[in-house]
Amino acid sequence: MNTSDEASRLSLLQAAWVVARRDFKAILFSRAFFIFLLGPLFPFIVASLASGVGGQVQREVSVNSIALVMSEEDSAAILAARERALGTMDGLPELVVLTPEEGEEAEEVLGRTNHAVLLSGDLENPVLTGPHIQIHRWDGAVSLMAAMATGSAPTTFPKIEERPLADTAAAARSDRIRTAQAGQLLLFLLMMLLAGMVLSNLVEEKANKVIEVLAAAIPMDAVFFGKLFAMLGVSFVGIAVWGSFGGALFLLAGEALPDIPDPALGWPLFALLGVAYFAMGYLLLGSLFLTIGSMATTVREVQTLSMPVTMAQLVVFFLAAYAMTSPGTPLEIFAAVFPLSSPFAMLARAAQSPDIWPHILALGWQALWVALFIKGGATLFRRRVMKSGKGSGGRKGIFGLFARKQGT
Amino acid sequence: MLTKTGAMSRNPAEHNRQLAIEARGLVKRFDDTLAVDGVDISVPEGAIYGILGPNGAGKTTTLRMLLGIIDPDEGVRRVFGHDRPHEIAKWIGYLPEERGLYPAMKCDEAIAFMGSLRGLSLDEGRKRGRELMENHGLGHAIDRQIRQLSKGMAQTVQLLGTLVHRPRLVVLDEPFSGLDAINQGKLEGLIRELADQGTTVIFSTHVIHHAERLCNDVAIIAGGRVPYAGSVDAARDRIPAQVRLETRNESGEWRSALPDDARHDTKSGGGHFWYFPIPDSGIEALLKRLIDGEAGILSLSIERAGLHDAFVEIAGEAAARALEEGTAEAGQ
Repeated sequence: MNTSDEASRLSLLQAAWVVARRDFKAILFSRAFFIFLLGPLFPFIVASLASGVGGQVQREVSVNSIALVMSEEDSAAILAARERALGTMDGLPELVVLTPEEGEEAEEVLGRTNHAVLLSGDLENPVLTGPHIQIHRWDGAVSLMAAMATGSAPTTFPKIEERPLADTAAAARSDRIRTAQAGQLLLFLLMMLLAGMVLSNLVEEKANKVIEVLAAAIPMDAVFFGKLFAMLGVSFVGIAVWGSFGGALFLLAGEALPDIPDPALGWPLFALLGVAYFAMGYLLLGSLFLTIGSMATTVREVQTLSMPVTMAQLVVFFLAAYAMTSPGTPLEIFAAVFPLSSPFAMLARAAQSPDIWPHILALGWQALWVALFIKGGATLFRRRVMKSGKGSGGRKGIFGLFARKQGT
Repeated sequence: MLTKTGAMSRNPAEHNRQLAIEARGLVKRFDDTLAVDGVDISVPEGAIYGILGPNGAGKTTTLRMLLGIIDPDEGVRRVFGHDRPHEIAKWIGYLPEERGLYPAMKCDEAIAFMGSLRGLSLDEGRKRGRELMENHGLGHAIDRQIRQLSKGMAQTVQLLGTLVHRPRLVVLDEPFSGLDAINQGKLEGLIRELADQGTTVIFSTHVIHHAERLCNDVAIIAGGRVPYAGSVDAARDRIPAQVRLETRNESGEWRSALPDDARHDTKSGGGHFWYFPIPDSGIEALLKRLIDGEAGILSLSIERAGLHDAFVEIAGEAAARALEEGTAEAGQ
């Protein structure tokens, strides 16, 4: 018998830890987790396939070779002119001289080869044959090369001195908006990925009747806390895996990757805040979704709830994304203060503004709302699902839709 | 142990040392249904206490209120003197009516997890879980997943999980449901063993025999009310003991010694049975008149009422019928 004077119950955190540890292990060692890990690869695969097809199309529309069907002398002159011009300017077409046999059926050759246009005639009267868009694309360059070949074009070009500016204020702001957008999008995608899992998190316990065992032993707040933090832990594992993959890709691809402008707070702090805002954003949305999902009794009900929940997520994301473009406006301040959009809006700020104190305030504010949401969700669960407390039998509001009569 | 006043003890410090559970005036409504209507219960420490009633009488709701799973609309409850049972969660073990385990967990992990909810370390929980399973003949299933067990085995595993942290109070909601006769017997033995070790056991049942065989005290519950809570003996004593008389002769002068409403049965072999309350004049006077009147006494015994008779007397015929139907449905 347990009669010692030691604490006769687990603290809230200890109880949450027990639940979180069980959930974390159960998810991590399930087959579904591998699919969860592979999830982000699907967009990559789709993107790769799409870019492969797109690249092919792009290659076809952006061919930069011209088939040359001129006299031998004119051909040599225009090729020489091209060589001279290359020292001064970029973007000149390749010139491919066709054989005499090919020249006889030049238009057919153009149809079955990958040349943009066909250049014929002579240097005084060059003729371009091909699609309208390609003729307009190349007529200037051909005209210049023909003029140089006949000696009627300038033979020297002045050298232009270059004075590049590191950043103008407008350019920097514009660049950082790109960083903010990228950060927000990443945050949104990660949270979107997890929301569905949180929504159905309590259905297992309800279906297995384990909820009764949990409710008898520990406070419902601890169950909610534990489940949310378990999923947060799982998502961090996922982020670590994907992050490693991304890092390796970055090292391998190097400069081939698109250049993302530096955030105002610098990359290390921005990344740290990104993780913190992801955690807060996930906990805020997760606690809401967990509460909504906990009202459902079956997987079908959870599936029914998925659509409005996803829509709500999108609304929050669009609010923050729109507000980001006009820092300091009432809308942007509202997006930063409204708990559900706050992580998105504040991450955008981290990209755009070097101030650190708003982030400390925001994280504290978000943590407060996480605690309130969890407490509220647990209370609602006890009253509506477990039917505890006075007036618990009511079936009011949206949650009444999922209320069940209680057996005795 | 029903208190006549229905009020809490005037000296809770002294009283609470003796009572594991004390509840007064518990009321619970679900929508428009009054599930529990003013239940008073006092469970002494170390007792085996039964809550006896038909399905839907309010047994589970009462237990859930006592455990703090749900709060009552009215009334108070104290478990080991605490208003909020969660504060002493480590002292309590609970087996719900609807059994619940994670199907993917191995047996020893499931037991350890249940222990960890009550403050036991996972390592210790696994160790004790294995020992408990060995001791209860389930050693071969320690490494099996819950989903691979039969219903009865899973139920036993959950019961072991309920006990793994060695609680002071064990609450079992319909623990005999779903068990075959052999396992019911084992469970009865386990409950007695727990009580011998000083653990308080409270269980709900709709099977009178379990309550009658095991319990020191019972609460009879019907329609959300508790018309009787007290010792099993006191419940049986509410119905006067009956005289069972067997005679060779059917009539004679001696018949005037029997009450007018004495029930009469004839035995196929020729004997006659007579059932009636003990007369006010006493058994000796009755015997003398029967002998003097040459009734031809074959046997005479005094039969004490059973808990079933007491239940009928206390809760009424309708509740008794519901109880019997519930028992028949459960095949017990």
